[in-house]
Amino acid sequence: MNSEFDDKTIERVEEKQYTTLNLGPTHPATHGIFQNILTMDGEIIVDAEQTLGYIHRAFEKIAEHRAYYQITPLTDRLNYCSAPINNMGWHMTVEKLIGVEIPKRAQYMRVIIMELARIADHLVCNSVIGVDCGALTGFTYMFQWREKIYDIYEHICGARLTSNIGRIGGLERDFSNEVYKKIKEFLVEFPKIFNEFIALLERNRIFYDRTVDTGAISAERALQYGFTGPNLRAAGVDYDVRVMNPYSSYEDFEFDIPIGVKGDTYDRFMVRQNEIWQSLRIIQQALDNMPQGKWYADVPDFYLPPKEDVYTKMEAMISHFKVIYGETNIPKGELYNAVEGGNGELGFYVISDGGRAPFRLHFRRPCFIYYQAYTEMIKGGMLSDAIVTLSSLNVIAGELDA
Amino acid sequence: MTKEINNTYILEKLHTQFGNEIISSEEPYGMLTITVKPNAAYTILSWFKNDKEIQATFLTDVCGAHFPDLPGQEFCVIYHIHSLVNNIRIRVKAFLSGNSPSIPSITNLFPAANWQERETYDFYGILFEGHPNLTRIMNVDEMDYFPLRKEYPLEDGTRTDKEDKYFGR
Repeated sequence: MNSEFDDKTIERVEEKQYTTLNLGPTHPATHGIFQNILTMDGEIIVDAEQTLGYIHRAFEKIAEHRAYYQITPLTDRLNYCSAPINNMGWHMTVEKLIGVEIPKRAQYMRVIIMELARIADHLVCNSVIGVDCGALTGFTYMFQWREKIYDIYEHICGARLTSNIGRIGGLERDFSNEVYKKIKEFLVEFPKIFNEFIALLERNRIFYDRTVDTGAISAERALQYGFTGPNLRAAGVDYDVRVMNPYSSYEDFEFDIPIGVKGDTYDRFMVRQNEIWQSLRIIQQALDNMPQGKWYADVPDFYLPPKEDVYTKMEAMISHFKVIYGETNIPKGELYNAVEGGNGELGFYVISDGGRAPFRLHFRRPCFIYYQAYTEMIKGGMLSDAIVTLSSLNVIAGELDA
Repeated sequence: MTKEINNTYILEKLHTQFGNEIISSEEPYGMLTITVKPNAAYTILSWFKNDKEIQATFLTDVCGAHFPDLPGQEFCVIYHIHSLVNNIRIRVKAFLSGNSPSIPSITNLFPAANWQERETYDFYGILFEGHPNLTRIMNVDEMDYFPLRKEYPLEDGTRTDKEDKYFGR
């Protein structure tokens, strides 16, 4: 940019040849199986093309052959960083389809689980942004706390990563005292460590330099590209499914929607950071106002009878087998139901022809839709910024490829 | 806002504009669902997007479906659009005939449709006219069939290790 450049330099630029660089599919810096075929000019990205489908498992085809409750494990494997949200979203879709009202207590319990999952999702994403900028410390701290969230899942349903949590019609059992103890402990202890994480990154000069103004997208472009979730909010649009179309009693809770201004990597990071605080707020409110009552609705066609009855009573055993076989027909209809997933609006579009399995099930996977904008976001930037941008978008391979 | 924008109002307004292009309309689970002629889908979606009152500027989802039992309407493309201003979701459906299903692409209206149309093509073989890069997205390029069509069973019928006799059936 100074006297070093003469006319000859410009001529040389014109006849320049670009390098093609394969970033991925199994590159340690891309967290998941993503392939980007980059056209590089030195370290500047000129163009990028994404290859998808490395872990495509044809979930939509499989779902057409499965009873409704057997689709829950498939949803686990979409966004596996916040599997409980997917499970709950699917349960709520089926409940809406069969027209069941869920008791308040179950709804509050679901809210607690979903917000814990959101915290876990955002912790992974944000700490990985740190890792990609060279700050490994925060990551080790935060993963320890994701572990604690998984311990809570384990106490609720027995599983950790692919949780398969809850059932159509409610939850499998009431929260035990141990669960309440662990959640309360989490609410007290986590903010202390989280504040240390904040101190490490939020006002860190190096982190600032790496993230501010990189991978930016305007609100207009973000909407055109179908952005949802924290990525859209970072661009300044306060669209949140929990507020726009409240489900599972979200209208009872008071929380803010954090938004960003520029839609760059730093804004996306900060939106997630602030959402973690909001999630903690929601969990606290749900715990304080937990209604009394049952944790399941009266849907014997879908909700398993208590195990001790199955072993001692004939009717309960018959009912148990009927549920497990999944031979109950679902009313005809078509339904689109959306929940606010960890990285955006997760939608379930079901066409039911009145059978035991959906005639057609389509997952609206948020990151499949917004990953299209990746080329535009990294064009003209450095390779190392592209890596940080990718992790700040929170693209999850399982959800991308379904 | 002077007038309440609801499903009935949108439908009335749409009927005055595109009376001939609309085949049917319903409201399953409260979502306005309009079935339109395939050639009019682009125009109607662009009208929804540009209408000053409705402002359905956000494309939520595009997907396909296969109905082998509906002669002449074997394939369906389903668009979900969302008016963020009025918080109304609208579903637009277009049925296509079986032999060479094709419909105009809406990529230049909504850039978000790009990969979703590619996915629909990959799964069902529905051609989107005017799409910038209509290639397979999830499956390998060499694949010579469209796997989500109903005639393809979930598992390979030639497999011998899953015969019923091995399971005592």
